[in-house]
Amino acid sequence: MKCGFYEIVSIAVVFSVLLGIKLLSSPKTAVAGNRIGALAILAAIAMVLVHGEILDIKLVIASLIAGSAIGVFFAVRVTMLKIPQLVALLNGFGGLASLVVAFMILENPNSGYGSINLIASQIAIAVGGVTFSGSIIAAGKLDKKISQLPVVFRGQSSASLALLAAMAGGIVGILYADQSWRIVLAIWMIVISNAFGIIFAIRIGGADMPVTISLLNSLSGVAASICGFAVSDPLLIAVGAVVGASGLILTRIMCRAMNRSLAEILAGRTSVGKNAPAAVITQEVADTARAKQDLDPGKKFAEIATILADAKRVIVIPGYGMALSQAQGRVKQLYDFLDSRGADVRFAIHPVAGRMPGHMNVLLAEVDVPYEKLCEIDDINPAFPETDVVLVVGACDVVNPMAITAEGTPIYGMPILHAHEARRVIVCNLDEKPGYSGVENPLYRKENVLMALGNAEETLSRIIEALNMVTK
Amino acid sequence: MNIGILLVIFIAATLVGYKLISDVPSLLHTPLMSGMNALSGVTVLGAIVATAAAVMLSSKILGCIAIVLAMVNVVGGFMVTDRMLRMFKSKG
Repeated sequence: MKCGFYEIVSIAVVFSVLLGIKLLSSPKTAVAGNRIGALAILAAIAMVLVHGEILDIKLVIASLIAGSAIGVFFAVRVTMLKIPQLVALLNGFGGLASLVVAFMILENPNSGYGSINLIASQIAIAVGGVTFSGSIIAAGKLDKKISQLPVVFRGQSSASLALLAAMAGGIVGILYADQSWRIVLAIWMIVISNAFGIIFAIRIGGADMPVTISLLNSLSGVAASICGFAVSDPLLIAVGAVVGASGLILTRIMCRAMNRSLAEILAGRTSVGKNAPAAVITQEVADTARAKQDLDPGKKFAEIATILADAKRVIVIPGYGMALSQAQGRVKQLYDFLDSRGADVRFAIHPVAGRMPGHMNVLLAEVDVPYEKLCEIDDINPAFPETDVVLVVGACDVVNPMAITAEGTPIYGMPILHAHEARRVIVCNLDEKPGYSGVENPLYRKENVLMALGNAEETLSRIIEALNMVTK
Repeated sequence: MNIGILLVIFIAATLVGYKLISDVPSLLHTPLMSGMNALSGVTVLGAIVATAAAVMLSSKILGCIAIVLAMVNVVGGFMVTDRMLRMFKSKG
């Protein structure tokens, strides 16, 4: 490595990246922050191109252009509903890129790297492999290419432990290997780490995805950082470490919001608890539910419309059901309608609503809901007792009061949105089945709760229709 | 470069990153994550350096694969983040 110039530019790049992240702390400056980060990385690439001694510059530039073109294609084509899949896929690509670079170091007989570089290369292959295969499985589950249900088989934990031991062996072994054995060990590591990633990811169910994606995001950064140790490049180390830290923070936030420890998730104990009270709906619940359903639909929508028309304070609670039925446009229509009548309408966003951190915010921002109206759980919870109407759109577990009252259930202790404290609640969910946790939701049978079951997009358009009639 | 210095850089970057990212509101967590995707594409620098020294055809092919993958991350990540962040509008 040449001294001076490279180090100075590296420091400038790291500071620009950090400045960019700092600007992400407010939506006003976030666009600029992201662009500063992008320019910093592009500058770093340009510097390496100009500064390094590259034997085949045409090949490198052609690869850079090809990768950029694919990146543009992904970025332009993706819909906001499918952002989690894209992020999972990109995590995987990052992991694979680090894996390939580390493999090249071990494969190159004239690299002249020391034992620290060799060990780092093996670890980078391990982390990169886990990230790659885990992310591809996660992306497949999110895109419904493979079953979203957790896959658990007997001896899964022992298999994981055996694979971990095999990886540790591969790392230690590299110190004692000659050139040809290095390649064997590197290939060994590729196979083992990918197998581990698959076993890790298949047992994670749909609603655990926010945790999984965050963790894989962190790992893709860690892989890049360790790859930096392998090639002794401080810039890679620093930027990779920042990504690792970010993913770690998000993982912790998601774990807390789901009431699970990271250790539990790593050990593969999925939140669909076996000792969870089964989805048995008691006779009483079934009766009230039927009574509510039996209400003439026309009358019911008229009642909902009257309640909404009179409301001064409204809170909307969106969940993944809103995303699935693509109801965010209708939600915005309803928001505009109530807002124009002078009602105060806000949105309560639970951290794990959706399939990745912040997913609901992006969906609502896309339909132009002002971001001031998107509230975090701790800020909005005190407002529920003063709220006239809560409108739940495709959310279940995040409004389940059992999380406060029912000790022993999987969701006990999970922070929830206190919808049950509002004067009236309207639930626009697909059905009354329990959410992902498998815990029945007693909110549905409260006196002041109106159930409007079915596809949320259709339900909301009927509510808007009825509102137009009522307020004419 | 000395392994000690590299470790210090790793720890310092983790701590500073942790502090700064803690201040990002949950409102922006999705763009934060896709932005981090883009940053993890920084591996492209390692890929270029490794490819630069490659002599064998197999190494060149591997290098190209690594560069393409990392570049998809960099360009795709930053562009989709930009697209999302521009959607966040204030009232009025």
